[in-house]
Amino acid sequence: MMMEISRGRRIVNVVMLSLSGVCTLLVVGVLFFILGYLFLHGIKSLNWAFFTQLPKPSGEIGGGMANAIVGSGKVLLLATLIGVPVGFLAGVFLAEYSGKTFAFMVRYTVDLLNGVPSIVVGIVAYALVVRPMKHFSALAGGVALGIMMIPIAVRTTEEFLRAVPNSLREGAMALGATKAKTIFTVVVPAAISGLASGMMLNLARVAGETAPLLFTALGNMFWSRGWLQPIATLPVMIYNYAIAPEEDLHQQAWAAGFVLLTLVLVINITARMIIARGPASSRR
Amino acid sequence: MSSPQQQVLREIIPPSSGIPEANRLSPAYKLNAKDIDFYYGSFQALHGISIDIAANKITAFIGPSGCGKSTFLRTMNRMNEALRNTRVKGHLRLDGQDLLSMDVTDVRRRIGMVFQKSNPFPKTIFDNVAYGLRVNGIRKKAIIEEAVQRSLTHAALWSEVKDNLHKPASALSGGQQQRLCIARALAVEPEVLLLDEPCSALDPIATLKIEELLFQLKEMTTIVIVTHNMQQAARLADYTGFFLLGRLIEFDDTRKIFQNPSKKETEDYVTGRFG
Repeated sequence: MMMEISRGRRIVNVVMLSLSGVCTLLVVGVLFFILGYLFLHGIKSLNWAFFTQLPKPSGEIGGGMANAIVGSGKVLLLATLIGVPVGFLAGVFLAEYSGKTFAFMVRYTVDLLNGVPSIVVGIVAYALVVRPMKHFSALAGGVALGIMMIPIAVRTTEEFLRAVPNSLREGAMALGATKAKTIFTVVVPAAISGLASGMMLNLARVAGETAPLLFTALGNMFWSRGWLQPIATLPVMIYNYAIAPEEDLHQQAWAAGFVLLTLVLVINITARMIIARGPASSRR
Repeated sequence: MSSPQQQVLREIIPPSSGIPEANRLSPAYKLNAKDIDFYYGSFQALHGISIDIAANKITAFIGPSGCGKSTFLRTMNRMNEALRNTRVKGHLRLDGQDLLSMDVTDVRRRIGMVFQKSNPFPKTIFDNVAYGLRVNGIRKKAIIEEAVQRSLTHAALWSEVKDNLHKPASALSGGQQQRLCIARALAVEPEVLLLDEPCSALDPIATLKIEELLFQLKEMTTIVIVTHNMQQAARLADYTGFFLLGRLIEFDDTRKIFQNPSKKETEDYVTGRFG
C-alpha cells in the first residue's frame, strides 16, 4: 500500500515537472519563434534599399521604409522630451517631498493613467493637438506617446529614488547642502543607472505603439517636412502594408516588424546591461 | 544652574582670576543647551537636557540603546528637522548665538557630522571630500585641491589614497570609508564635529586609528561623540555624559564618571550592572 502511494506521487511529480518544463521552454521559445518567423518572411525585403529608400508608388515592386525609420525616431524623440521630464520631476516630488496621503493619491492616479487604453490616449492627442492645428503631425504623435510614457517615468523615478539609502541624504545635508542640492547632486546620481535604464525600457514599451499614432502622426509616403507635418512611423507602416493586397508589401511589413522588434530588443538589452553594471556604490 | 563641569572649570580658572573672558585659555564653551525637549510625534524622546560643551575638548555621550543620546546629538546640528513630525523645545546656542533660529545650512556647515554607518557618496574619493566645499559655493580648483589634500591628511587617509583620488569611494575598506567621511566633514572646516557611534561597524585596528585621529583633531575642532563602547569613552573623552530614558543623568569629567560617579544609575551602568 505504502509503495503504491509513493509510486503514484512519483508519477505525478514527473508529470508536473515535465509540464512546467515544457511551458518554460514555450515561454522562451515564443520570442525566438517570433523573431525567426519575422526574419524568414521579411528576409527578401531586408536589403539596403529597405533602410535607404522611400516607399515605391502603389503597384511598383521594391522601395524601402527610410522615412518610417527616421519618422519613428523623431516621434520617439518627441515622446521622450515630453514624457521623461514630466514623469521624472513628478517622481522626484513623490519620492522626496510629498506627504504620504498625497503621494498615495498621485500614485493611484498614475497607475490609472497607465491603464488607459492607448487608443484613448490617441484620441486625447487628436483632440489636443490635431484638431486645433487642423492637420496630423509628428508633434501630435509625440504628444500621444509622451503621455503614455509619463506613468512609467513617474513610477520608475519614485522607486529608484526611494531605493537610495537615507544615509546619503543625511550625509549631504550634514555638509550644508540644501534639500534640492542633495537631491540633484547625490540622490539622483546615486540612482542614475536605474533611472536611465528605466527610461529606456519605457521608450521601448511605446516604440511599438500603433493605435495612438493612427490618427495623430497618420503616416506619410514621403519624407516628412518638419515636425508639424504627417509623418511615417514603423508600426503604422506595418499596419498599412499588412492590410494592403500586394504580396511585396506584406513582405516589407514582415521586414519592418523584424526591424522594430530588433530595435526594441536592443534597447531592452542595453538598459538591462546598464542596470547590471550600475555605479559601484549603489550595489551595496 | 552650575553644572558639575562649570564647577570643575571654576577650580581651573577662578572667576576672580582677572583674565579677560576672551583671553582665557580653554576650556571655553562652544555649545550650550538648555532645557531641550524633543518629540517624535507625541513621544517625548528628550527631557530637559541642559549641557555645556567645552571647546576643543572631546565630549562623549554614553548610555543604553534608545536613551536619546543620538537624538540629542542630531538635535545639535538640527539633523532631526529632516524627519517628519518632530519637534524641539528649549534653547541651543553656538558661540552664544541662537542655533535654532540660524539658517539651517549654515548650522550644518559649522557643525559637521559623521554617522554610525559610513556613507560615502557614489562619487570618487576626491569628489566626496570636495562635496561640502562645492555645495557651499567654492568653485576655485586650487582651493578645492588644497582643501582635499589637507582634509585627507587630517583624517590620516592621505598616504593611503593619494594615488587613487579619482577612484570610486566604494572601493575603500570600511575603516577607510569612515575616515573618508571624517575627511569630508573636515573639508568645510567645521567648528564642531559630531560623531554618532563612528566605530561601531569597524574592527579594533580601524577603531584605534579613528580614536588617534580624534585625539589629534581636538586641537582644531570641538568634538562630541556618541558611543556604545565605554572603554572608548574612557580612553578618548575629556568629559562624559550619561543618558538614560531621555534624560541626562550625569555629566562630568570622564575620570569622575568612570571612577566615582555621583549617581547610582551611572554607577550601575559603568560597572556593567545593566545596559
